[in-house]
Amino acid sequence: MIGKFSGFERLIGLVTPILLLVIWEIAAQVKLIDVRFFPPPTSIVHQIGVLIASGELAANTLASLRRLALGMLLGGMPALLLGLAMGVSRPLRAAIDPLVSATYPIPKSAILPLVLLIFGLGEMSKVVMVALGAFYPILINTVLGVVNLDKVYLDVGHNYRANRWQVFRTIALPGALPSIMAGIKLAMGMGLILIAISEMVAANDGIGYMIWNSWQVLTVDTMYVGLLVIAILGFVFSLVLDEIERVLIPWRA
Amino acid sequence: MTVVRMVDARSVAVSPGPQISLAGVRKYFGGSGFVALDDITVDIPQGQFFVIVGPSGCGKTTLLRILAGLDAQSEGRVEVRQSNPARPTNSMIFQGDSLFPWMTVFDNAAYGLRMRKVREQEVADTVRVWLERIGLWRFRDRYPNQLSGGMKQRVSIVRAFANDPEILLMDEPFSALDEQNKLLLHEELLRIWDATKKTVVFITHSVDEAATLGDRIMVMTANPGRAKAIIDVPFQRPRNVLELRQNPAYGELVFNIWEHLRDEVQRARLSAEASQP
Repeated sequence: MIGKFSGFERLIGLVTPILLLVIWEIAAQVKLIDVRFFPPPTSIVHQIGVLIASGELAANTLASLRRLALGMLLGGMPALLLGLAMGVSRPLRAAIDPLVSATYPIPKSAILPLVLLIFGLGEMSKVVMVALGAFYPILINTVLGVVNLDKVYLDVGHNYRANRWQVFRTIALPGALPSIMAGIKLAMGMGLILIAISEMVAANDGIGYMIWNSWQVLTVDTMYVGLLVIAILGFVFSLVLDEIERVLIPWRA
Repeated sequence: MTVVRMVDARSVAVSPGPQISLAGVRKYFGGSGFVALDDITVDIPQGQFFVIVGPSGCGKTTLLRILAGLDAQSEGRVEVRQSNPARPTNSMIFQGDSLFPWMTVFDNAAYGLRMRKVREQEVADTVRVWLERIGLWRFRDRYPNQLSGGMKQRVSIVRAFANDPEILLMDEPFSALDEQNKLLLHEELLRIWDATKKTVVFITHSVDEAATLGDRIMVMTANPGRAKAIIDVPFQRPRNVLELRQNPAYGELVFNIWEHLRDEVQRARLSAEASQP
């Protein structure tokens, strides 16, 4: 979201996409645009009905969601723990930081062949791809969240005789939480990109597969349904994460 | 009663001396050889409100951090007498915003007690008493970002007092507040301090604040930080902050402190200008 809008402004925001869809529909009906590339919205909606009825849409969406969830956990948990440890310990930071800086810029999509080589065509390769994408933003944001904590909070902790574990639990972790949440949001976006790519190359189900397959057999309607599903997933995830953030970080409100 | 040498915990002796005893305390910083504190020697008796006033950069915060155990002196002896080993030696009220933004007013105030694992029922009772005393009990579930600057500093004060330390250390706690708020907080601080009579070391660059709050005032020189004068404050307690200012002796005291301080401020300014290219 770019900003907060009032009720009327939100109404305007709702009108634009509807207007665009209407123009698209008319243009397609009067053959102003090539319906092979831009099928009219009504036929896309029809295709949604067909895919729901056949169970394909649910099966593919669930397959992608499952890989996403497992990948987020597989990449996110170690990133969170390592990030907190690196934030607290300077030596650990000095040891790991160069590794992170060196491997972070490699596009994760470029690692896909290697991941396929190592993990094969099964579920694991897709989960690992998502995990790789989730790992870096969560790690980096967690470290920064701890390191950038105002020093006065640590002084307070030491002055009130908090031991290492207490400093970690009462200061480092809650203090870094806003930054960690930002990392998780970035990781979610990265995960969506990578699941789409991996499923296009190496899967027999999932939304990415559905999009790729509809190119191969030229069912453009289905392709649009896939894009729509990914867009909706991204939107729902960001709503859910915002809500989690509100509950987890009440002092930000 | 035991004497705890905060630096050298091995030597524990018994003597009825002052609450805080500093002898020949020096602090210099390794590489630059910059001397922040030079030969600070002073005894502070139990229950005294001791104010240190000096120009910026005179090392007064360094001295307080040494007392708090957050820094170590380079030379000299620092002793804080502990009457009850179960009680913490000191609690500090920090300059500016030091409340944890992620904790409610209640949890912030309870921090010291919880860190030393006091039973939760006792924590709740103690914190309630202190928050009520300072008029913030009904704000106990608020987060710091929902409070004004003055309220935040009152919570910091409660956090330190509720911890029930031997000595209270205050590092320019009101410097970020406007004059009206400062006046109210001076009254508030004196009111709750009168009830406990804890030994206080209070740091400020405000002459008015020093004269209003202190029993004894140490004026410090800048660069290196030395004790230039120690002045007794003649006013009785409890004090009324506003009436105090009408007292002709108040004006005399402020003038007296200023005379000591003026040379120092000017000297600090000259040396700062000299170091400009």
